[in-house]
Amino acid sequence: MQSIIHFGNIDYLIVAIYFVFVLGIGWALRRTMKGSGDFLTSARSIPGWVAGLAFLSANLGAQEVIGMAASGAKYGIMTSHFYWVGAIPAMVFLGVFMMPFYYGSKARSVPEYLKLRFDEKTRGFNALSFAVMTIFSSGISMYAMAKLMGLLLGWSFEASIAISALIVLVYIFLGGLTSAIYNEVLQFFMIVFGFAPLVFLGLKDVGGWSGLKEKLVGVSTSQGFAPGAWTEAWSHLGAPSQNPLGVEWFGMVMGLGFVLSFGYWCTDFLVVQRALAAKTMTAARRTPLIAAIPKMLFPFLVILPGMIAIALTHQAANGATGGFMLPAKNGSYDYDLVIPYMLGHYFPTGMLGLGMTALMASFMSGMAGNVTAFNTVWTYDIYQSYIAKDKPDEHYLFVAKGATVVGILLSIAAAYLAASYNNIMDVLQLVFAFVNAPLFATFLLGMFWKRATGHGAFWGLFLGTAAAAAHHGLTVPIGAMSLVKGGWLGTVLHTYPSEMAQNFWTAIWAFSSCFIATVVISLATSSRKTDSQLRGLVWSLTPHEDKSEGDIPVWKRIAPFGAVVLILTLILNIIFW
Amino acid sequence: MNLDIRYPIGLLFLVVGAILAIYGVVSDPGIYIAHSLGLNVNLWWGLIQIVFGAIMVGLAKSGAKKG
Repeated sequence: MQSIIHFGNIDYLIVAIYFVFVLGIGWALRRTMKGSGDFLTSARSIPGWVAGLAFLSANLGAQEVIGMAASGAKYGIMTSHFYWVGAIPAMVFLGVFMMPFYYGSKARSVPEYLKLRFDEKTRGFNALSFAVMTIFSSGISMYAMAKLMGLLLGWSFEASIAISALIVLVYIFLGGLTSAIYNEVLQFFMIVFGFAPLVFLGLKDVGGWSGLKEKLVGVSTSQGFAPGAWTEAWSHLGAPSQNPLGVEWFGMVMGLGFVLSFGYWCTDFLVVQRALAAKTMTAARRTPLIAAIPKMLFPFLVILPGMIAIALTHQAANGATGGFMLPAKNGSYDYDLVIPYMLGHYFPTGMLGLGMTALMASFMSGMAGNVTAFNTVWTYDIYQSYIAKDKPDEHYLFVAKGATVVGILLSIAAAYLAASYNNIMDVLQLVFAFVNAPLFATFLLGMFWKRATGHGAFWGLFLGTAAAAAHHGLTVPIGAMSLVKGGWLGTVLHTYPSEMAQNFWTAIWAFSSCFIATVVISLATSSRKTDSQLRGLVWSLTPHEDKSEGDIPVWKRIAPFGAVVLILTLILNIIFW
Repeated sequence: MNLDIRYPIGLLFLVVGAILAIYGVVSDPGIYIAHSLGLNVNLWWGLIQIVFGAIMVGLAKSGAKKG
């Protein structure tokens, strides 16, 4: 296969040095892994800033980097809603309101919290669906990486899978969750250092933000949108037909902002696990808030390259010579290649090695995050709960290490199964919509309404997931070519203007069904938990954390920190309105 | 005894930054005209990484003294 990026010896050297450090961190930590708690929960020893950057980084897998740049090209600045409406408010909510219950309950995982708050079956349902999802996500990361490395560098698919799987396996096997967290922090800095010069050079090339805005006018108008559709985040959300995302403001704010993002950031164990590893309650609550600061700036790092790429491509398609051009795919452009093509275009050998290493690092930490979440849920929520209770801790450490190996083998299987889609993120969003969207209703009711019962939670979750599947099965996005996109129940009741709009509404249906079902069934059943059992798990039965903040100066407290994060995010929304 | 993550981060960027900066000095300027708008991105970004790496190692050292 002909390679697109020409790697020099210096580039290979930088990749090699990075992997030496990655494996070295695992090696340095091997002696601290004495029990299952060290291996699976870092024995709650991680400083807040480390947990915060890991919290952010664990989500920086294939979805984020490749998918966000692709969406930046396809939808423009509106993609930043995934951050400024979606992620940030959810992260603040997690830190300020939910973390006291997660961390305070001493639960080792999100499913375990459900067991403490509700009952065994609710935990089992969540643990099993989550375990399947982590394997699927890890496999997608692996598949995407292998495909990309083959295309860019001419590496064989099998070799890429084998090498990436082996590296991730070794560093997790040696250093457990701590190793994964440390490597996520390392990866965070790699991404920043690898991509910041790309954005700098790209912006310089198009004449800064004003030059980019001017160039994107043609991209908008040639597709029948208003001139500012690619560079104004809110101005074109009046109707789905006015913007490339194909959504209106309500579906966007409710579906993406409230349901999908809160569902992901507040209940997905992959990210919550990083906060649970923090060394104190304060550090755990600060974890998502610390993560929110760089998170709000990430659109400039991952979305802007997509916007620059499509602006230059549009220019080149209209006759300009010598510029940058995205490759064509199925009558459109191959948006997933935005980042690698930009790296190859703007980086000489040397920086190219750094940029590609950052990309590989992001794929691998995508895998590692999922594998560490998988081995914890498997060991504590499935194995210890249903297969072998009351064994000595060495036994569970052994099982956890075994689960790491099996998790990676299953990811490899999933990688080979992963089909090719136009935009990886759309597929992941679909999975999140089915599994995560109803979950947030369960946690919201569980944490803030003490009357919610185990039966209510379980059947609410079940019906919410079923509602998501049914909604997806009965609707299609416009121009859907396959049943994966929807309509697989035979009848199509509604046609959405875009896949995004369909996903957002699937999430809204799932959340609402779960919420209503949980309330109705809870009122019809009696709670098996006493008030004292629910202490520390439900808002009204927990002494408020703010009291313990009595000695801390106001500016160091959690709520003011959260407020500052929200105000900064609001300012970004207004600037790019 | 736990590992202070600032050491590996600092060391990694010191090493990578040094490699890039040295390469930026000795490499053919033609590659910068072909790729990075004539800017010697290896040299400048290498130097910035060296500074960042040094700060990280410095923070780890002062942290170790306190702790």
